[in-house]
This record gives sequence, C-alpha cells and structure tokens, in this order.
Amino acid sequence: MPEAARKIRVQCVINGRATTLETYPMARLLDVLREQAGLAGTKEGCGEGECGACSIEMDGALVNSCLVPALQAEGAKIRTIEGLADDSRLHAVQQAFLTHGGAQCGICTPGMILAAVNLLARNPHPSEAEIREGLSGNLCRCTGYTKIFASIVEACRDAGKRA
Amino acid sequence: MRSYVPAYEMEAPRDLSAALERMAREPGVWKPFAGGTDLMVLLEAGKLPHRKFLSIWGLPELRGIEVIPAHVTLGALTTYTELRRHEIIAREFPLLCQAAAETGSIATQNRGTLGGNIVNASPAADSPPALFVYDAELELVSTSGARWVPYHGFWSGYKQMDLRSDELIRRIRLPREKTGWKQYYRKVGTRRAQAISKVCFAGAARVEASRIVDVRIALGSVAPTVVRAVATEKTLRGERLSPAILSAAQEVLAREIAPIDDMRSTARYRRRVAQNLLAEFCEALSA
Amino acid sequence: MEAHIIGQSVPRKEGRDKVTGHARYVDDLTFPDMIHGVTVRSSVARGRVRGIHFEGEIPWKEFTIVTAKDIPSKNCVALLIEDQPCLADEFVNHTEEPVVLLAHPDKYLLEEARRAVRIEVEPLPAIFTIDDSLAKKQVIWGDDNIFKSFRVEKGDVDSAWVKADFIVEGQYETGAQEQLYIEPQGMIARANLKEGVTVWGSLQCPYYVHKALVRLFGFPKERVRVVQTETGGGFGGKEEYPSMIACHAALLAWKSGKPVKIIYDRAEDMAATTKRHPSRTRHRTGVTRDGKLLAMEIDFTLDGGAYETLSPVVLSRGTIHAAGPYNCPNVRVRSRAVATNAPPHGAFRGFGAPQSVFALERHLDRVASAVGLAPEELRRRNFIREGQTLAVSQVIHEKVDMGQLLDRALNLSGYHAKRKRFQEENLRSAIKRGIGLASFLHGAGFTGSGEEYLASEVVLEATREGRARVLAGSTEMGQGTNTIFAQIAAETLGLEYEQIEILQPDTAVVPNSGPTVASRTAMIVGKLVESAARAVQQTLFKSGLLKSDYSAKDFADACGRYIDKFGALQSLVKYEHPPDLHWDDENYRGDAYGAYAWAVYVAEVSVDTRTAEVRVEDFVAVQEVGKVINPVLAAGQIEGGVAQGIGFALYENVVWQEGRMVNGQMTNYIMPTSMDVPPIRVFFEEIPYARGPAGAKGIGELPLDGTAPAIANAIAHATGVDILRIPVTPESLLSLLESMHA
Repeated sequence: MPEAARKIRVQCVINGRATTLETYPMARLLDVLREQAGLAGTKEGCGEGECGACSIEMDGALVNSCLVPALQAEGAKIRTIEGLADDSRLHAVQQAFLTHGGAQCGICTPGMILAAVNLLARNPHPSEAEIREGLSGNLCRCTGYTKIFASIVEACRDAGKRA
Repeated sequence: MRSYVPAYEMEAPRDLSAALERMAREPGVWKPFAGGTDLMVLLEAGKLPHRKFLSIWGLPELRGIEVIPAHVTLGALTTYTELRRHEIIAREFPLLCQAAAETGSIATQNRGTLGGNIVNASPAADSPPALFVYDAELELVSTSGARWVPYHGFWSGYKQMDLRSDELIRRIRLPREKTGWKQYYRKVGTRRAQAISKVCFAGAARVEASRIVDVRIALGSVAPTVVRAVATEKTLRGERLSPAILSAAQEVLAREIAPIDDMRSTARYRRRVAQNLLAEFCEALSA
Repeated sequence: MEAHIIGQSVPRKEGRDKVTGHARYVDDLTFPDMIHGVTVRSSVARGRVRGIHFEGEIPWKEFTIVTAKDIPSKNCVALLIEDQPCLADEFVNHTEEPVVLLAHPDKYLLEEARRAVRIEVEPLPAIFTIDDSLAKKQVIWGDDNIFKSFRVEKGDVDSAWVKADFIVEGQYETGAQEQLYIEPQGMIARANLKEGVTVWGSLQCPYYVHKALVRLFGFPKERVRVVQTETGGGFGGKEEYPSMIACHAALLAWKSGKPVKIIYDRAEDMAATTKRHPSRTRHRTGVTRDGKLLAMEIDFTLDGGAYETLSPVVLSRGTIHAAGPYNCPNVRVRSRAVATNAPPHGAFRGFGAPQSVFALERHLDRVASAVGLAPEELRRRNFIREGQTLAVSQVIHEKVDMGQLLDRALNLSGYHAKRKRFQEENLRSAIKRGIGLASFLHGAGFTGSGEEYLASEVVLEATREGRARVLAGSTEMGQGTNTIFAQIAAETLGLEYEQIEILQPDTAVVPNSGPTVASRTAMIVGKLVESAARAVQQTLFKSGLLKSDYSAKDFADACGRYIDKFGALQSLVKYEHPPDLHWDDENYRGDAYGAYAWAVYVAEVSVDTRTAEVRVEDFVAVQEVGKVINPVLAAGQIEGGVAQGIGFALYENVVWQEGRMVNGQMTNYIMPTSMDVPPIRVFFEEIPYARGPAGAKGIGELPLDGTAPAIANAIAHATGVDILRIPVTPESLLSLLESMHA
C-alpha cells in the first residue's frame, strides 16, 4: 500500500461564501466541490477535460474542475451553478434555457450555462460563430446545440432590454 | 478516478528560488506542475507514475509577457488565453495565436500553459510547430544558473528533452524577425474543436520578387517529436515556386516525417495530408 | 375544440431544477453508511476462468467480494432470455465481461484493489467478424451462432428479375456507435432480508430492472423495488444495461449489508456497455427503365456481440424498415443477428432501422444513377400511397403524401439550384460541395403484437385539491416525458399545466407502462394518460358532482366532495390493442406498427479534398408526425437526433482490437461539438393519427434513420465517390478519392 499524503486545508471562496476544505492536495476540485462542499450541481461526464460538464468559474475564468488539483484552489474565488441564481430570481441565461429548450436531460446544463454566462461576461453581444466557439468545450448529446444557441441569443436580447 | 489520490503529494513553493532549491536538493523527485491540463488527465486514467509535484502555477516570476524591440519574451506560465489576448502576439506571431485558439477549449486555454505544453512534449502539441517557425529560444533555470537554448535541438526524441531534472523553463523568447513574412498554420484534427491533431503544419516564408528568400516549416503529429522540416525548407529556399519545385519539396517532406498508424489516424493519411498542406502553404505564398 | 395546452411550448416540468443544478442524478445521492462498488472484468475475449487471485498489499478483509457463487437464485441478467450471466463463472465470452465485484467505503482504495485482482483466463479462440461467425469458425453461442433470423416475402421476387431493365447490387456497412449519454451509468442498491432489494439509478425501464432483480434473487415481486433517478441521457444505452449494474450493486449490498453505489467512469462505460449493432446489408434491386421498383432482395446481418440481449428485436425493426416507404410488388428480406466475442451490442435510438435505412437510401441513389434518373425522381416514382402495401404487406391506411414532403424539403434546402451550382463550382475548387437526400419512415410503438404483450398501464389520480397525479412507468431522460404527459392530462381535464404532477417512476408506486423506448411514449403511453384522465372526468360526471362545462374551481370542488364521499378518485387504464391490427409473427407480415412518421431529410456538405474532411453545412429535416404536442421539445428531439446522425455518418468510429474498444475516451471517440453541427432546420407536418393523444405519433428515433444516408449521398454527389460504409472518416474518404483519381 502506498503511503498516504497528509491532507491539507484549502481556503477559498465558493459562491460568495468563505470555505475551508480539508482534502488531499491532488484530489480533483470537482470531487471536493461535490463531496465536501455539498455542491452536487457540477457534474462528471468524462474525467478527462473533454465534456465540460464539470465547468466552473475560478477567479472569473472558465475551467474544468476535474482538471484542477485541490491545492491550486487555495485563495481562489469559485462560482458554481448553485451560485448563479440570485435567491429565487434566475439568471437571464437560466431563464432563457427554460423558455427556449436549452436543457433536455440536464446533465450538461450546469456546465453549459456557466460557459454561456462566462462568454457573455467577456462578450455581451456574441455572433453565432462566437457562441459556437465559446461553447465548443461543452458537449451536449441531447440537443444538437440548436436550442442552446437560441437560448443564449435570447438571453443577450433580454439583457439588452434590461440594461 | 483510477489513481490512488492519497499517495500523491503536492506543495506550493513560495517563490521560484524555493522551487529550484527543492528540485536541486532532490533531483528528479519533485516535478513541476503548472496548469495541470495534461497531468490531471493522466492522474484520472491511472497513468501518472510520478507522485510528488511542486505547484508552480502561482509563481509570479514565471508569468508576464515582455515586449522589447528585438524580442517578445513569454513567461513559461503564459496561458493560451493570455496569448490570444495579447495585441503584439496577435499581430506579429499569428501562428502562435492560432495554435492557442485551436488548443482544447476555452476552459483548457485558461489553464494550459506554454511551458507546460513544451515540457509535456507531446508530438501532437499545437503550439510547438509555431514556436519552431518563430525560432523560439527557451530559458532554463536551476540553482546553478540560467541558460538559453534554441527550441530547435532542445527536443531530441519522444518525450526526450535537453532539460535536467533540476531545471525549469522560465521564459520563451521569440525574436521579432518575421514581420513581413507570409505565414500559414493549419491543424487537421478529429473535429472542429477540442481535437487532438492528426497533422499540424506551421510555415512562414519571406518572398521577394516571387523567390522564397527564407522559409521555416514545422509539423506536428507526424513523428515522435514535432519536426522542423529542414530538408524541405532547403528544397524551397532560394527557389521560385513552380509545380516542379512543389513536387520535389513534397517528396522530400514525405521522407523527412515518420507518421504512424494509431487509433486516431493512419500513416498514409498523415503523409498525404502533410504533403497537401505543404501545397496549400505554397499556394498561400504565391497569392 | 381549440387546444389550449397541447401544441404549446410550455417549459419543461423539471426544467427549473435542471438549470439551477438542483436536479438529482444517481451520483448526487448519498445514503448513510453507503459504500462504493466496482467491477473487475475480463481482459480476454474468450476463455476458461482458471482462477481469481487477490494480490497486492490490499487489506482484503475490509472488502466485500462477490463472485458468481454468491448469486442467490439464477446467475443471469434476465431480458428476452437468460443467456447472459450476471457474473462470469466458468467461461468468459467477451472482453470487459464482469467477473468479480468489490465494495469498500474508500473510493480510492477500491481502485487500488480493482487493479490488484488478477483473473486467470485460459484463452480460447475468439471470433470478431460477421463472416467468421456465419462461417462458424468457432461456435460461441447456441448451435450456430445465430441469435435470430427473419424472412419477409412479398410477391414473387424470383420471377421478377427477368422483367427488370436494370439490376443493381450493392453492399453497405455501418459500424458500432456508442450512445455517449453525458451522464455515465450508475446505480445505488440496498438489499437485506428485512426490506428486500431496492435500487435507485439512471435508467429508462424500471420494470426491466425489476424483472432482472427478481430473477437474480428469486424474491417475490413485492420485495423488489426500482426507482428512477434523474437520468442524464439514455438513447437506448440505458434500456437494458442498467439491469446488469443494478444486479451488481444489489449483490454487493446483499453481501455487505450496506447501501452500495456503483458509478461507471467514462472509460468503463464506453468499453463495457452496449453499442449500436454493426451491420452489413446486401441489396439487389430490379427496376424498369422508367425507374419503377420491380424487385428488391435484401440480406441484412447484425453483429450482436456475445449474448442475445435485445438482438432479435433490433433485427426485427431493422428488417421491417429495410425496404422503406416505397411501393415495390416483390420483396424478399432475409436477416439474421449473429454472435461474436464482443461486449453485447444493444439498443440505440433507431434500433436496427438506422442500419437498414442507411443501406437502402444509399443504394437507391446508386439505382437512380444506373437508370439515369435524379435521386429525388426515383424516390418520387415509387413512394407508397394510401391503400398500397409495405414490404411486410401492411396496407397503408393513413393519409401519406411523401411526394409533397419531398417537394417541401427540396424547396426549403434550395436543393435543385444548389445541385446545379455545386456541379459547376466544384470543377474549379479544392473544396467540393454536395447535396443529398433520404426519404424514410419510422414505425412507432412495439412491433406487431408487441404492445399487446406489454399490456401497458397508467394510473391517473385526482387529489382533494383538484390536482391530478399521473402514475406511469415511463421515464424522463430529456426527451420530455414529464412535460407532454402533463400537457395531455391538463388538456383533457381542462386544468392548468401547473396542476398536473408526474410521479417519479418507482415500481412500488407506478404501474408498468412498458419500457421508454421504441418511439412509444407519446403515442402509446400518452394515449393511456389521455384515457385515464378522461376516465376520471367521466367518473365525476357520472357521480353528478361535476357538469360538463366546468371551471378549474368546479373541478377541485367536485374532487373534494367525491373523495369525501367515495374514497380515492383514480383510474387505471390498460392498453387495448386495436382490433383491426393483425400481425403474423410466423410469416412476418401484416400490420407491423399502428402508425408511421414519414420524413425527407436533405444534407448539404462540403468536402475539403486536401484533407478529406467533411463538413455538414446545412441540414433540412421535414417530417409528418401526427401532432406536435410541444413544438420546442419536438424540434429538440429532431435536432438532437440529427446531431447523433451526423456523428454516426462522419465522426463516431469505434476502434476495435481483439474484441475490445480501445478508443474509449472522449478525446478519441469523437462526437460533434457545437462547432461541428450546422444550423439544423426542422419542419413538421401534422396529419392526426386517431389513436394517438391529440393525434400524435412517435418521433424519438426517426431522425437517426435518415440523417446518415442523406449525408452519405451528399458526399457522393460532392466527390463522385461511391460511399458504401459509415462512418466516412477522412482516412477512408482520402483513400477513396485517391483510388478514384488513379
């Protein structure tokens, strides 16, 4: 049996809340979020950084949490899908997904919504090509992406109206 | 998760000196770990035999992009996202920008680093062909000091590099010499995004009065390392492009690369497409 | 009466939970005392198990270890038959076959342990191809490796050849395809003498799992309970395989006395679970010089893998769909599903039809070419009409106008202008463009007497507050089951969508509505929902507590009073097979399906001849579906199905080595990303089907049938290359382009 490393304590902010995680240094951030922080909204689809179901925002950047070792979350500001809605008020992208069929089975949806929110934060009025590129790291097997694009286009339009 | 995660150690040295000291004290025991986009995939698959890692992700000495008249110098931890967003890189080193844009996905680009990509030394890596074309130089540092080496020559074989076990890449330097050169990059992957390359071609040439005064060509995924196609370059250098010259260059290229059959593609496909991309490159030069 | 909810794109019932990350999939659940389980599998395709060795420095005493000897009743995963072991005992017949199960509280240690189990197998010669199986190079199943065979005869094929002006032959092949639901498979089980067996998991068919557990444990039905958790995609991949995992988790739970969770990682899921059956189809077709079909002889073979699982049914559907929506007086279809030493192949959306329809639609383009007709013209001259018969001699009683669907699709895609323009532009360009079509049908529901055999049931219950609860065994996996059932119930009862509750499928609570497969959920089960709602309504009318012209408040009042007076207000409705549908199972002829959806798809592609990469540039999907219950959901089904069809045609290549899938990672098994699919343009027509709810027919599998052949035909148009096999990888296309130019 290989000798076990010591567990470490990682201090970070998750969805606005200061959190201390106690875990192995190279445990996947995905597992730590799901099992320790009680945030099961972030999903594992492939364990190799291909499907994007595990996407989160780390210091404002979209990352695959299955590829981040827990130690590197030290001092990070993390946002998961659970941190998106403002109490009972859904984010524009979430609402658009509901109205326009952006979610079918829903397993890719948390990652997909975060990728969309992240895209819109960088580029509030993306072209269709830019939307496609912005989401190209998030695989969806159910929708063929069509209604995901439609949802995002709609969310931009709504955001424009609200602004 | 196929690895026994509790057996893996990782520490975050407080600065570059501390990291180098550790690596010097126990050579080969501690390996640097940057953004993890390659190493974590191996960990997940149960294919990461090494157990002790130094997280260098936070080290400021390894970040930053410096621009002076002669060079652009990139910290080893420059991410693909940072490359894509940098105005000078986009303008003067478009092939590197394009390579970065075609690497993985946005999420991978936010965490993947140029230094990590070089040290991972995958023959299918997307940036190295551009780095070869730009005559990149690497700064390797250890407790014994720093040395600059040309990237061409650094990579000697499959996963073999002129990098000691106590050394880290600190910077990558790109001479600003290719402005005015015609540049071409094409990655042929398994699909349009998030694709491992089957063939990758980077080329740049200085063309004066229809003559190829100078040229650089590098290819990925067609040999155990990314290949700087020096023999092919020689066939083209000084010549006026013609169907005969192209044909000759394609023949030399076919012998200069050593593509294989693997689960993604075939040697035959890779060889033929490499030749076709060379033709497309030459077409671009004539335009 | 004007529908007020049917036909509306009401938001998905469970949508809010899905977009907020609160939907609970199996891996999101934990139970007190729960431990984890893993499966140790054979790395040899065929052999005799000589021993199981527990090596390494693992504290084995801490582990729960299960082998075939621990199985209480019968060592099988019961499905159509009982040939597939739950755990291999004396022999293994495919790589990845499960042999040993381990459980432990520590997930990481469990993986170490999995690596430390050595299964000693004395190899036996294995077979991996249809040819080797047919030749009986090794007999690995039954007497002759044949799981099932069919023979369909219409007219007199043998005498018809002599009348044909042209006879065209061809052989077409399709590869295995992995369902690749983004949520890998998983189960949690609790099993003990006191409670019996309960499993929670990602699945499509709770009662299939129930049946398998009953057989494995030998318990009475009431002691086994199956609960479906939110399921992240199925596409058929979670039709039969979940029974295997449920059995495994239950065995570990039984032996350990603790709840056990088994979650497959992607690599295990890809290598070990079912895939679409690889196929080979041979066509021989006789036509007149006017392009009229005179004779079709079709030979259709599927590779079923090592055990029977659902191969007979996949073969059945593929066989019945093999001759398409055409009127041909003489047809023979001979088909068989054969055994090889691969992990068993299984259900995947389309279920045999994508394979046989690919062959047919690609073949017809070649037939058109031989006769000198345009591909669309050949189709047009042979489309079946009301009153004519399909290959299985089913008389078409529905109004069908394939010619009009064809016109619409050609129009919407700009087909004629593009066909002409591309032919000219291709001469001057390294990028060749092409446009191609496929015309097809897809039967909804179980074949022939299948629905009668299933005898599906639905319960609708009204509450005191005037809400309605639908109890059905049909599962939601993204296709919209919950939503459309609620719409149907709301419409029928005159209530609001929000007043309808769809219960989580739990075999302790809901009846058996049959499996969630075969494009049957809207058409067959939805109809039962409608009937159950109507029955409850009738009960209230008959009681005098409700008048026909009622408001939601009247309904609530009536429910309250009825329940006070008489007790529960509910209706159980059972499927009734239409008396005018007759199917002859022995001769394989008659009314195969109650209804068909009809479609014409057009694909536009560009081929870069320098790299042989194919891009789908535009896609038009026109289909007649009876009634669109929810436009956003219905379009979503077609769009998603077309994307899977694009994968089937161009990208999804299973690489086999000695019977094992070696590219079982998402990096190496390629499904389309958002940058690989074109705008998918979907158009519906509606000719209501009297027996469907609000006239709806089934549509779930339809898009998988026509997408790949439309793309293959477009590639052939673009390049002149004869496409006979999918996936059309750039490697294969480059070879074909080179041979063509040689």
